[in-house]
Amino acid sequence: MIAAAVFFYLFSAVAVASAFMVIASRNPVHSVLFLILTFANVTGLFILLGAEFLGLLLIIVYVGAVAVLFLFVVMMLDVDFAELKKGALQYMPVGALVGLVLLAELVMIIGAWLAPAGVPRTVAAPIPPAAQITNTEALARVLYTDFVFYFQAAGLVLLVAMIGAIVLTLRHKPNVRRQDISRQVARNKEDVIELRKVPFRRGL
Amino acid sequence: MTAAAIFPALPLFLPELLLAGGALALLLIGAFAGPRSTAFVNGMTLLLLIVAGALVAMQPEGRTIAFNGAFVVDGFGRFMKVLALIGAAGALMLSFDDFRQRRLSAFEYPVLVLLSVTGMMVMISAGDLIALYIGLELQSLAIYVICAFDRDSTRSTEAGLKYFVLGALSSGMLLYGASLIYGFTGTVSFAGIAAAVTGAPHSGVIFGLAFLAAGLAFKMSAVPFHMWTPDVYEGAPTPVTAFLASAPKVAAVAITVRVLVGAFPGITGQWQQIIVFVSFASMALGAFAAIGQHNIKRLMAYSSIGHMGFALVGLAAGTEQGVYGVLLYMAIYVAMTLGVFACIVSMRRNGQPVEAISDLAGLSKQHPAMAYLFALLMFSLAGIPPLAGFFAKFYVFAAAIQAKLTLLAVFGILTSVVGAFYYLRIVKVMFFDEPKEALDPMPGAAKLVLALSSIVTVGYFVAPALLNVVAVAAAKTLF
Repeated sequence: MIAAAVFFYLFSAVAVASAFMVIASRNPVHSVLFLILTFANVTGLFILLGAEFLGLLLIIVYVGAVAVLFLFVVMMLDVDFAELKKGALQYMPVGALVGLVLLAELVMIIGAWLAPAGVPRTVAAPIPPAAQITNTEALARVLYTDFVFYFQAAGLVLLVAMIGAIVLTLRHKPNVRRQDISRQVARNKEDVIELRKVPFRRGL
Repeated sequence: MTAAAIFPALPLFLPELLLAGGALALLLIGAFAGPRSTAFVNGMTLLLLIVAGALVAMQPEGRTIAFNGAFVVDGFGRFMKVLALIGAAGALMLSFDDFRQRRLSAFEYPVLVLLSVTGMMVMISAGDLIALYIGLELQSLAIYVICAFDRDSTRSTEAGLKYFVLGALSSGMLLYGASLIYGFTGTVSFAGIAAAVTGAPHSGVIFGLAFLAAGLAFKMSAVPFHMWTPDVYEGAPTPVTAFLASAPKVAAVAITVRVLVGAFPGITGQWQQIIVFVSFASMALGAFAAIGQHNIKRLMAYSSIGHMGFALVGLAAGTEQGVYGVLLYMAIYVAMTLGVFACIVSMRRNGQPVEAISDLAGLSKQHPAMAYLFALLMFSLAGIPPLAGFFAKFYVFAAAIQAKLTLLAVFGILTSVVGAFYYLRIVKVMFFDEPKEALDPMPGAAKLVLALSSIVTVGYFVAPALLNVVAVAAAKTLF
């Protein structure tokens, strides 16, 4: 049990610290690398909770795909983030005020939650015990049955994101040479190669 | 678990299925056939919206719950869905000619409208917080894209970006509220929340409720979450503005009513305060901020903020009578708004769109029919009897007075008097100002929308029972 507690504090401390570094570091590439560190530590937290599927999903999807994509974008676009951040400091007092108010509200809520016993502590869908069923299976059991409606609707949301990205950014330029595979495949020797007899010392 | 246990009877979710499936099919057709399919996709989308509306209207009476409580089909939802579909179909009709003239025609636009409407239907039918959020995101994400549809125009891209950033913030607030509510009640379903929240509620639930209401008020563009509205309305292409002003408002008001009345009937007093404040502020801002506007799209933005305030007066009452008022208000609002935008979309001089109010000068001499109908709609928006806009306001104020919110009703009447000033100013510009160079004649589709809208605006007085009976039955299903 002590090992679990030690690991919990280790993972959460590193996660919080690296999350802070994401916004604090000057170099955007460092920010992305710290983001990956955050994801890795949150994965550790998930696995401690017994949610190994979600943990590994975080590694595969967020670290493997999303963060690496971020890294590509940051490196290729060469945006001067230091320049962008310069103006942000002047909003600091307002931001700090809003943050403070939210923090105070949170503290009040958590205090209220800890104090009285009247709050129902129920869960919508209790997790089956890990000994009987792996949580990959537990998720799969409800994802396509109880939650099929959400699942399909969420799919539509992703489709809209895809259409939107294409609509807003894809431009067909008229003078670009494109690869037309069917034309390439349809070419044959007779159409494109012309054999000529070249007279000696005369040329064509 | 068998398929029969998972899927409800087909007619229940056939309209949504039709819209989503239709959007996918039209997307494929557009992608393979290229730009020449645009007219076909446009026509099919309109047909799909109409067929879906007919299917919704034919759904069986009574309240049915499907997909484990995520999807509720009842009279209230059916009424609002038909309204949203009408709003979307009208706005889509206005886009045909305008987009052709702007050289913006693309098959993606109707497909995005279809997907957005699918999101609205999911949202209106939502029976729990997850379905609410997914529907809201599907609706909003498609709208962010179509706001920036004129991607070579700085104003259009600015509108899209601004709406997107602020919309993401509001979604964050909504989710924060939803998670608090889930944390303190242990359930996401509206029925479960209603059972858990009674008597003296926990302060965490109230916090959650406030954040949830903030997120929804943003989607309705009610004060104090209205800041995006004028810029987005002005920047987006006009047919998109027409869409923004009609269908999404219906969906946002519908889900607000459903959440507050359906999930928090035990603490009516708590959310009543929020709605009364939002309503007060929206009516005041809608009345005063519109006075100084020169751009007609900005003016309509402030007008729509004011109208949301009036509609919320009915919700603030929190009674069946109040919800009935909200339903009537939204129906008449959609009809009037579509007509007004049919006129605004047609404001072109030598093919170039114009947007200033002063460009309407002398319209009564050049296009008398358009000018008279436009003036009629302005009188109706101002709430002058015997036009439909008057009765819309009458029912919400009557409900507020019955619920002992006399102050709110009196304030509403005062602000509608102030609002009458800027509506009548447009009439004055059209009829009495020195004529400018003539505007282009109205395209056919816009004429049709304007005619239908005017018929509803005038005809409601002749046969109010047609709408009232349906609205009464729809309001009853929530209580």
